[in-house]
Amino acid sequence: MNVPDITSTNAMNLAEKRSAADLRRRQAAQKLSFGLFWLGALVVILIMLVVVGYVFITGFKSINLQFLTTPPKGGLSGEGGISTTVITTLYLVGLILAISAPLGIGAAVFLIEYQGQTQSGGKFIRSLLQVVNFGVETLAGIPSIIFGLFGYALFVSTLKFGFSLLSAALAGACLVLPTIIRTTQEALLTVPVSLREGSLALGATRWQTISKVVLPAAIPGIITGIMLSVGRIISETAVFYVTLGGSYRLPKNLFSGGRTLSLHLFYLAMDTNAFEKAMGTGAVLIVSIILINLIIDLISRKLSAGVRLHQ
Amino acid sequence: MNAIKLETHSYSLYYGKFRALEDISIEIPEKQVTAIIGPSGCGKSTFLRTFNRMNDLIPGVRTEGQALLDGEDIFSMDVVALRQRVGMVFQKPNPFPKSIYDNVAYGPRVNGIREKNVLDEIVETSLRGAALWNEVKDNLGKSGLALSGGQQQRLCIARALAVKPSVILMDEPAASLDPIATQRIEELIRQLVEHYTIVIVTHNMQQAGRVSDYTAFFFTDESRTGRLVEFNLTRKIFTNPQDKRTEDYITGRFG
Amino acid sequence: MQTKLKVDKAVKAILLVSASFSILIVISIFVFIFRSSLPAFKEFGIQGLLGELTWRPANGMYGILAMVVGSVMVTLMALVLGVPLAIAAAIFLAEIAPRGVQAVVRPAVQLLAGIPSVVYGLFGMVVLVPLVRRIPVTGNSGYGLLSAAIVLAVMILPTITSISEDAIRAVPRSYKEASLALGATHLQTIFQVLLPAAKSGIGAALILGIGRALGETMAMIMVIGNSVILPAPLDNNPLTVFLSQARTLTGNIAVEINYASGLHASALFATGVVLFVLIMLVNVSARAIIHRGNPSAG
Repeated sequence: MNVPDITSTNAMNLAEKRSAADLRRRQAAQKLSFGLFWLGALVVILIMLVVVGYVFITGFKSINLQFLTTPPKGGLSGEGGISTTVITTLYLVGLILAISAPLGIGAAVFLIEYQGQTQSGGKFIRSLLQVVNFGVETLAGIPSIIFGLFGYALFVSTLKFGFSLLSAALAGACLVLPTIIRTTQEALLTVPVSLREGSLALGATRWQTISKVVLPAAIPGIITGIMLSVGRIISETAVFYVTLGGSYRLPKNLFSGGRTLSLHLFYLAMDTNAFEKAMGTGAVLIVSIILINLIIDLISRKLSAGVRLHQ
Repeated sequence: MNAIKLETHSYSLYYGKFRALEDISIEIPEKQVTAIIGPSGCGKSTFLRTFNRMNDLIPGVRTEGQALLDGEDIFSMDVVALRQRVGMVFQKPNPFPKSIYDNVAYGPRVNGIREKNVLDEIVETSLRGAALWNEVKDNLGKSGLALSGGQQQRLCIARALAVKPSVILMDEPAASLDPIATQRIEELIRQLVEHYTIVIVTHNMQQAGRVSDYTAFFFTDESRTGRLVEFNLTRKIFTNPQDKRTEDYITGRFG
Repeated sequence: MQTKLKVDKAVKAILLVSASFSILIVISIFVFIFRSSLPAFKEFGIQGLLGELTWRPANGMYGILAMVVGSVMVTLMALVLGVPLAIAAAIFLAEIAPRGVQAVVRPAVQLLAGIPSVVYGLFGMVVLVPLVRRIPVTGNSGYGLLSAAIVLAVMILPTITSISEDAIRAVPRSYKEASLALGATHLQTIFQVLLPAAKSGIGAALILGIGRALGETMAMIMVIGNSVILPAPLDNNPLTVFLSQARTLTGNIAVEINYASGLHASALFATGVVLFVLIMLVNVSARAIIHRGNPSAG
């Protein structure tokens, strides 16, 4: 094996000459392109500032204590405030979480904690896990109006719950279920295997291990998932538009209809000329989303600080 | 002794406040293999990466003192031009997920070579230079990732040769290879040194003894700051070390 | 000890049931929507629904082709407007921005992702529509494809940006080092090594973005005009097609489902089925394209 001298073939020499001449052009190209990338980032920030700024500036004009504490009065001019819609939104958030959180967390625990268990149940469990994972993935990709359509078909018409809190809550629970399952799965995966083994080795049963060791360690991640779902419920409109009715009165029971904040914004924008009140409602919505983002940020920062401590 | 290719004078490197390398002065001769040895964490790789400024990628890195290539200050050079003159082969073979041909042609192409015949010639000569041509000449379209570990590493060497560097830095190039592949890389290094200046970091002292003409011994203490303890002809370092720490390390008294 | 194990078994059964729910929901969604759409499909056939342009429930005409075209057009336009910016922002965040700048841009993207679609719709109605209306073309109401596409482009941007950024960051560091060590500039490294290696992740981001665009409902209702017409140029200039009003599949469902009954309702469920199939098609074909364009990585 003899390696030839390749340092001075014609091609190599040509390449060397060319690259020296080409260098300036390449660096100019890089400068120009990076300038464009900076510009792109600036445009993104500007878009955010324009949208949020516009909604805030026009919206805050109509926000005052009265706006927040009086119920809407209906009519073409969108009289009244938003109080009942805030309460209805909170009702719906509570109801949906009450349904979806136990189901979602339970499903995630099953998917993660029982996946290694092949001896009891064996093949059945394994294929079930696959099917469920596929189901979660499919659910996450279904557009929300389809959930609405489904809720309308099943809960509103077939089960005759009518346009009601109950129908909306059930449809909404289906909508956020994949979010809760996914984030809980991720949270469970970050719990080190050694913790589980430590507990199991001490003679704890699997459930004791999960409830006393794994779940407490995964709580910040699970809360993040729940907060994401809260944000999703507050923002969602299409599902509730076709399941909740739209009455601006406060729902009396599970079978009365209602109107969430975002639904209220939609009605104000489409059916009235009260654009300023719609903007005010929009500002309230954005503020709640910012608050939720801040909470999530806080949790994840605490979480990563904790991880660093462990290492 | 050959002309001096690479040199540093009172060179120190900091990660933020942490001093990783302190006061290193060395003169690395042209067209020789210089091995850098020492215990892990002594800054061998960091020092090697000084010569093609790969440390620039790490935020918060600051240097003091001088580092020169052919007598020119490395830090005032254009970094892209510098890296065309100083090639590098990494610890783990890292071919791009592209064909063998495209891997080798990558360097010339980013340098603006478009002509098929010129590229063909560069690819062939570079692969010959890395002693890989005969094994791959019928499969140039195959993914570089489909080669064996040793072949991948020679592909990475060919890829480095294709930009016509005068220096090749090697960061433990055989660390992830089996003994036979390692032997082929070592033979290749001995052949390449006829035309290139080679600096190789290795934790394997036998390897340093087999392939290098000169050896630099780096060491560190609890401070984790790396220092150059001794630099000399390899044969002198191995038979007659001047420093007690070098001797202890060579004879295996440190891990 | 006995009771402990019994509890364990009971809990496992409960968890199994909750896990089964998600698959149960998927199945029920399929069953309900397909079953409810059957009467319409039986009455008109696929040809009668998908091949007809006229949607006039009062006259028993249920062609949804115009809505398919509306959905597809507004989605394509949103992609043309939004994707370059979204991917540029992803590259910027992953490779170019200093840490301090990342800490400004990333929350901005995050906030854009969180803004409810009705707020985007409202912004579109109040700000964009009047701006677009200024384009002096007869019949231009401001409501239409262009306004809707701009709103939609902003809405899909954060999804595409954050997933693409993750994909670029997931490319092994060694590729970047190898490219730079060969004397490639940072820009060349980005375009010739990092982006090709992140291709499938960026593809997934695009699929999600397209899915989100096709599925968006309320914001589209608010700005696209909702006329059931095949988008066509308003005058001799073919570009005015972008000022045409349209209706999306999603909008069709939302606007009419609450008062529909009988065949009309069934046709709306059929609209849902078409939307669903469209999204599936995008998923499958996009995956196929990504895999075909990636022979060397196998």
